[in-house]
This record gives sequence, structure tokens and C-alpha cells, in this order.
Amino acid sequence: MRTFSLLAGVAALALAVAGPARADFTGGKVRIGVLNDQSSLYADITGQGSVVAARMAVEDFGGKVKGAPIEVVFADHQNKPDVGSNIARQWYDTEGVDVIVDVPTSSVALAINEVTREKNKVFLVSGAATSDLTGAKCSPNTVHWTYDTWALANGTGSAIVQTGGDSWFFLTADYAFGHALERDTAAVVTKNGGKVLGSVRHPLNNPDFSSYLLQAQASKAKIIGLANAGGDTINSIKQAAEFGIVAGGQNLAGLLVFITDVHGLGLPIAQGLILTESFYWDLNENTRAFAKRFGERMNGRVPTMVQAGVYASILHYLKALEALGSDGDGKAVVDKMKAIPTDDPLFGKGEIRKDGRKLHPMYLFEVKKPAESKGPWDYYKLKATIPADKAFRPLAEGGCPLVQ
Amino acid sequence: MAARSEPAAIAAPLATANGLRHQYLVMAGMALALASAPLLLYPVFLMKVLCFALFACAFNLLIGYVGLVSFGHAAFFGTAAYAAGHAAKVWGFPPELAVAFATLCSAALGLVFGWLAIRRQGIYFAMITLALAQMLYFFYLQAPFTGGEDGIQAIPRGRLLGVLDLSNDLVMYWVVLAVFLGGFLLIYRTIHSPFGQVLKAIRENEPRAVSLGYEVDRYKLLAFVLSAALSGLAGGTKALVFQLASLTDVHWTMSGEVVLMALVGGLGTVFGPIVGAAVIVSLQNYLAGLGHWVTIVQGLIFVACVLAFRRGIVGELGRLLGKPL
Amino acid sequence: MTELLGIPAPVLFGQLLLGLINGAFYAILSLGLAVIFGLLNIINFTHGAQYMMGAFTAWMLLNWAGLGYWWALLLAPLFVGLTGILIERFLLKRLAGLDHLYGLLLTFGLALVIQGLYRNEFGSTGLPYAIPAELRGGQNLGFMFLPNYRAWVVVVSLAVCLATWLVIEKTRLGSYLRAATENPTLVQAMGIDVPRMVTLTYGFGVALAAFAGVLAAPIYQVSPLMGADLIIVVFAVVVIGGMGSILGSILTGFGLGVIEGLTKVFWPEASSTVIFVIMAIVLLLRPAGLFGRTG
Repeated sequence: MRTFSLLAGVAALALAVAGPARADFTGGKVRIGVLNDQSSLYADITGQGSVVAARMAVEDFGGKVKGAPIEVVFADHQNKPDVGSNIARQWYDTEGVDVIVDVPTSSVALAINEVTREKNKVFLVSGAATSDLTGAKCSPNTVHWTYDTWALANGTGSAIVQTGGDSWFFLTADYAFGHALERDTAAVVTKNGGKVLGSVRHPLNNPDFSSYLLQAQASKAKIIGLANAGGDTINSIKQAAEFGIVAGGQNLAGLLVFITDVHGLGLPIAQGLILTESFYWDLNENTRAFAKRFGERMNGRVPTMVQAGVYASILHYLKALEALGSDGDGKAVVDKMKAIPTDDPLFGKGEIRKDGRKLHPMYLFEVKKPAESKGPWDYYKLKATIPADKAFRPLAEGGCPLVQ
Repeated sequence: MAARSEPAAIAAPLATANGLRHQYLVMAGMALALASAPLLLYPVFLMKVLCFALFACAFNLLIGYVGLVSFGHAAFFGTAAYAAGHAAKVWGFPPELAVAFATLCSAALGLVFGWLAIRRQGIYFAMITLALAQMLYFFYLQAPFTGGEDGIQAIPRGRLLGVLDLSNDLVMYWVVLAVFLGGFLLIYRTIHSPFGQVLKAIRENEPRAVSLGYEVDRYKLLAFVLSAALSGLAGGTKALVFQLASLTDVHWTMSGEVVLMALVGGLGTVFGPIVGAAVIVSLQNYLAGLGHWVTIVQGLIFVACVLAFRRGIVGELGRLLGKPL
Repeated sequence: MTELLGIPAPVLFGQLLLGLINGAFYAILSLGLAVIFGLLNIINFTHGAQYMMGAFTAWMLLNWAGLGYWWALLLAPLFVGLTGILIERFLLKRLAGLDHLYGLLLTFGLALVIQGLYRNEFGSTGLPYAIPAELRGGQNLGFMFLPNYRAWVVVVSLAVCLATWLVIEKTRLGSYLRAATENPTLVQAMGIDVPRMVTLTYGFGVALAAFAGVLAAPIYQVSPLMGADLIIVVFAVVVIGGMGSILGSILTGFGLGVIEGLTKVFWPEASSTVIFVIMAIVLLLRPAGLFGRTG
């Protein structure tokens, strides 16, 4: 695996040097660029797993579209918008990349969204959460596949309020994404008849949450909503257990929790946590079969919903290419993707809406108790299925200029 | 005092090498190479190299010729990026005015930071600049106009003087090249001017400079402001090139990156920072395909540089040739 | 209920105590950094990575060798300290007498390599590590619930800091160390093996970082980047305390923990910046730090 990526890197270097000389790239092949976090916070959620998922999609499609070979390249954007947009420009301008997939971290995704629109290519978002991608910043070249902040807030927020968790206190990561997650969830809570008692904003990548947890405790809210991500969420949950917050009758709601986070916490601490995802490896025959193949290439890990989204979105993209017979005009490709109904083994049947939003059900899970777990990665119990038409923000409310 | 003797030792030959002809030759060669580079290389990549090269040169002015190590230079680079971005996008400034405004902002900031920091020396100077830069980072994180971690995106490049359409990468490249060469020549003239001689005298022996009657602090402050302004020029230009100003530009790792560029190229050499910037930016660009190995390779390069090429690429080269470069 | 600046007094007490607990980590880490700087004149930017290695060593001992927390507390500092000795012998030694900048860059590069290797091996999310059975649960202090483990952290950190300070200030070994900091040539001339002392000192400083890592493992996530952001804060602590001042770094570590804790109540967003505000003020008013000697 590692030697391979090293070779791929050397190859990419060679291509980059030779790139500008060959201007007729699009004619010969379809090139897919997986751009994500390979080295820090979100590397487990996206990272090499997304590259593997992309390669699996290409293989499952047969390796060729109408005789043109399909290639996968990848790069690390380090969660920095300038690094990401720089790579994207170079990919589009000189290396013949036709589509960029994945891109976790909302700030980077928004930057790639702009570059892709400018260059009229295709952007398939799986890793990023911001619902702006299909709202105010929506683009005719972008499809947002796996999930978004609105869907998470809606799934977790309304489910918890409806089961009695009607007073909330937020621990919010102090950056635009955290604020958006808090805002969306607070709206859902109040709409369902709940109350928001307060919030505290902590700096990003803050190791110690005890102080904030005590403030949350003092608020006497029934639910402490975690509007943060990655290591911040893990540390808040871990320390909430330590300070007896859950034992004291308050409950935690993780608004952006992935299966890798649960794995990192371990079931003894994560048990009982309620969360929303659009994919779980143990949902049905198809997802289990996919997870098995994925695990064989990824050291026994299971795919996250983001990696599943990378697989499914590429599959659908290739179908659209086959129907269209060309990949030059990004907007036309996305229009085609919207015209054909989606159908893949991981997310089932669905569609892509006018604003670029992919519609599929979201699932509300509860993390199992250690005794209930029967094997490695057996972590979730399905609590409820939110149907596709209720799972995402209604078309009219997003403010996407493409809709008017 | 070890803090200041080492860069001094590297640059010592320069003091005797005033207005050397071979430096003009190298300069002409460099200008020629840069002018023909877009035929071979991707212009956006080249523009990134030029912006960082100017930034590294501005930083080198302080560390190499005044002996002041700043760990907070990202503050000037990033401030200018935000200023240019905001001016161009929200106020609708044309590109030349946006960059000029950005440079001015950084110079003003340099005046404040410099006024506070030059009272201290060596590692304490470095720490004050770091602390001030961190405070500024916090300000930009909180201030609404910066867009938090999303940054200011889709900054329009506009038309230069209302004529040249900068959205064309090649046109933009010529402008950036002109900005870079202008900034570089200014630095070159400065270090070879009487003002530059005084700076070097201060670096070599500050008490003696004082006893000769120079108002040392004013010279230092002036050099600091100049360095800040040129860093700002680089940052403002960068914001237009990438149409993006973000927290990355003001983060402390950016300050670290510029130290690295100057070091890899050669502290206190005229051309070193340019080579250093080119090397580091190329690495970042072409190593991106290595995925999760990037940081490891970067780390190994740091280690190798410190252990084997302490004078930097250009410094070692100059030593081999027996001429300061 | 009595109130102070709009915050109920019991809440304030709780926050002060929490600040002290966080300060304990700063104190141990900055102590190690200060000891290293004092003798080697090197700003050890690998310190955060070595703290992380301590936590991971604890995890590896538990999962691969079946050795629990108490063994880890002993073995992890030894093991990581040993790697530190190797680093000093083969890398840092070559930088003797050079500008701080070079040592800083070398150790920074090493930190990138170490963190990268751990990330490739263990993933970026991190791994769970449970609180040892003996220290689970907590005490209700009336104004807050204090987990036993946090109390243990404060007590053991204080003990380690105090012991280190006593060794350096009151023993013969410590007097050699202090003398070598002042004038290595002279001490060498008196027949003391200064290079070995330097190596062991670095190993000791690194072991302290690893010790803090083991202490942190049960409460913070054991992840490859857990020390990446910490280093710059800890470094600021050392500067505020006075570079190379042992007592300064300990007191400043605890003190800044408390100040940061209070900031988390009054202006939480600024809690990671307050330390730099203090650093700027201290350096402008007292250039050599709170406890440093001017010179």
C-alpha cells in the first residue's frame, strides 16, 4: 500500500512536469482526482480509504467508459483552503483531471466549489458537511452526496427532542462550521418545541473540556449538544464520562460523529450516544459485502459513510458519462447526473435534486453497549430511518440561485 | 549571543563584496529565466513561487542583514492578504489599489509590532513577534469580515489600471513577476545603500554602532517596517493570484515556513530566499501526491538541511564558487 | 449565593481547580523544556511529539504486552527517554554552539517525522485508554465533582516537579548541572564528563514529557497529533517563566493553567490566546521572564 502510494506520487510528479506539453488530455481518458485529508484530523474518515473506495468504484464499473480508460489520482489538501484550491487548479489546468471527489473540511470544499465552477468541471462532495454547498453557494457543477449539516442537525436534533430531550446547551467549536452546526441544530430544537439554554464556544483543537462541561452541567440542560468535530468531539465525550455528566442525568448529542470516532472512543465510553449517518456497513447484504471487500484492502477497517459516498458518487458519475458520451462539459455531466435516477448498492435508489443535493434516507443510530457488540466494528443499533424526502433541507429553504 | 553570531558568520563575505558584478549577472540570468519560465511551467505554480520568494526575501532582510529573527512574519503576510481581499471584493478596489492598500496596512502594522519588539533582542525578540502574531491571529479568527476558517473566497483579480485583464493567468504572471522584481531590487538596493551598511554594522556590533552615534533603534525600526511592507506586498499579491485569503496565511506555521525557506536557500544571501522558496513550494506541490507521507518527507528535509546544509543551498554554492551570491 | 463578577463562587472554585489540573500538565512539560534549554541551549520542539510517544507507549504496553497503567508510568518515560538519548547522541550533538534556530528547526523536523510515522501506523483519530481501576470515580466537593484521577494528576505532578527542583537546587549532581549550564568548559576541566551529563539531561527532559503523556492518556485522546499544538503553548510558558529557570517554569505552568481556566469562563474563545497576551506583556516589562535573571 505504502510503496504503491509512493510510486503513485513519483508518477504524479513525472506527470506534473510533463503536463503542460500535452493539452489534449480529456480526449484520451477519464481522470478522477480524490482530494482529501491524508495526514491529519480527518484522515481516518476520508484519507486513503476514500482512494480505495474510488478505485473500487472504477473496478466495479469495468475500468473503462466507452473504451476510455479511467484513472484515479489523489492528493492531501491538509485542511487548508489555499492548498486545496491550488491543487485543484493544477489538476484541472495541467493534469487532465475531469472530476474532483470527496474534499472534507467545509472551507476547502467551498474553495474547490468556486474553482470547479470557474473551470466548468465536476465536483462530487462527500466529505464536507456545510449545507451552503447546496444553498447560497450552490453551483451547477457540484453534487453534494453523503450528508450535510442540516441533515445531521435535523436527524439528531428532532429525534432527541421528540424523546424528551427538550432543553439544550451547546459546546461549539469556535469556527464558522461549528457556528453553522449550532445554528442549524438550535433551529430544529426550537421548531420541535425544545429550548436552548445557552452555549459555550471553545477554541479549535482544544484538549481540555472539563471547564466547558462544568458550565454545561451548571446550565441544568437535559442535553449537551456537541457542535464540534474530530478530536474535539472525542475529548468532550471522554471527559463527560470522567466528570460523571452522563451518570448525573444529562445526555450528550454528538452532531458530527463518525464510526471511526466511536472506534477511537471505545464502546465503554461511547455507549448510548445518539447520532445520524447516511450509511453503516452493517445495514444490509450489499453494504456488508462492500465492507468485506473494503476491509481486505484497508487492514480490516470498515468504510465510513464518507468513503461509501465517494464510491457511490463515482459510480453514478461514470453512468452519466456513459449516457452522455463525453466528459468535457462539466455542467452537462452534472445535468445528466441529475436527469438519471441514482441506484447503487450502498445508498439504494435515489435522485439528485436541482440544487445538487443527493437525496437518500438518513439513519438514526444508537451506539451499542459493550455487551451487545458481537465483533469488531459492531457498534450501531438502528433507531429510526428518516425517509429521503424528510432527511434533507427542503429545496425552497436553501436559497440556491439555481432553483429560482 | 550565539543567537546572532551564526547568521552573521554566513553573511560576513557580503560586507566586503559591495556591488559585485557577478551578482548583477546572476540577477539578469534570473530575470531571463523567470521571463521564459511560463513556456515550461504552470504559471499559477510560478506565481506562488514568486509571492513566497518575495516574502522570504523580505524576511531575510531582517534575519540576514539586521540579525533580527522574527517568528511572527505571517502577521504581515496574512494582514495584507485580508486587506487586499476585502478591498478588492467588498469595496471594489482595482487590483493595483488593493495591493497598495494591503502593503500600507502591513507597513502600519509593522510600525506597531516593530516599535514594541525591537526593544528586545535574540530569542526574546522572536518571542514577542510570535506573541503579537498569535494575538492578531485570534483577532482575524473572531473578526466577521475575514470569514473565519472559510476565509475570503472568490476575490476578483480585476483589471490592472483598468486595461489588463488579470483573470488570464499569463497576464497575471507578468504582473506578479514585475512586482517581485521591483520588490527584490528594492531590497538589493537597500542592503547596498549606506542605510544597509549601518544595518550590517548594527548586526555585527550593536554597542559600537551606538557609540558611533547612530540611533540604532530607528534604523532597526525602519528595517522592520520595510520588511513588513514587502511581506505585505507579497501577501496582497498572493491573495489576488489565488483569489483567496485565509487563516493559513496568518497562522504561526506560515511564520515557520518562511524561516524554513530562508534557511534552505541560505540566510543572509541575496538569492538564497528565492531558491529556498522555489524548493519548498515545489516540494509542497509535487509531494502532494505522496498523500500521508508529505509531512514525514518534509520533516526529513528539515533535519537534513540543519545537519548537512547549514549555509543553505545558495550559501553552500557561494562558498564553493568563492563568491557571495 | 455569593457571586464574583457575575459568576457564582462555587463555580469559580471549580474552574480554579480545573485550571490547576491543566496547569499540572503545563508544569511538567515546561519543566522538561526548561531543563533541556538550560543545559543544551536547545529549544526542544520535539517535546510535544515525545509527550505523544509517552501516551502511545502506555497504550502499546497495555495492548501488546498486557502491562497496565502503573507499569506504563514507570516504563514509558524510560523507553521514550532512551530514544531521546539516541536523538541527542546522533543528532543534537552536532549542533553544539550554534544558533537556537538550528536546534529548533531540527527538533521541529523530527517532530513532523515522528508524528507522521505514528499517524501512518495508528490512524489519525486516536485510540482509547481507560482510567486505571484504582482511580475511577470521584469526590463530590460540594461545588463540583472532582474525578479521582484528576486529583491524582495534580498530586503526582506536584511531587515530580518538587523532586526535580530539589535535585537540581540541593544536591551535588544538581550543582554540577547548574555549573555546567554556566560554564561547561570549566566544569569539564574539573574532571566531570559534561557531554554525558548533557545527554542524560536531554534524556531526562524527554522522559518528563513522556511521563506527562502517560498521565494524559486516560483523559485526553491518545492520538498522533495530541502534542502538536501543545508545544507552542508550553514553550510560551517557559519564556514567561524565564528561559532555563526551573522554579520559574513550574510556577508559571500552574499559574497559567489557572489563568487559562478563568478565561474559559469569562471569554472562552480567547482561552488559547490569553497565554500569548501574557507572554507579550511579560517580555515587554520583564525581558528575562518572571523568574529569569537578566543578562
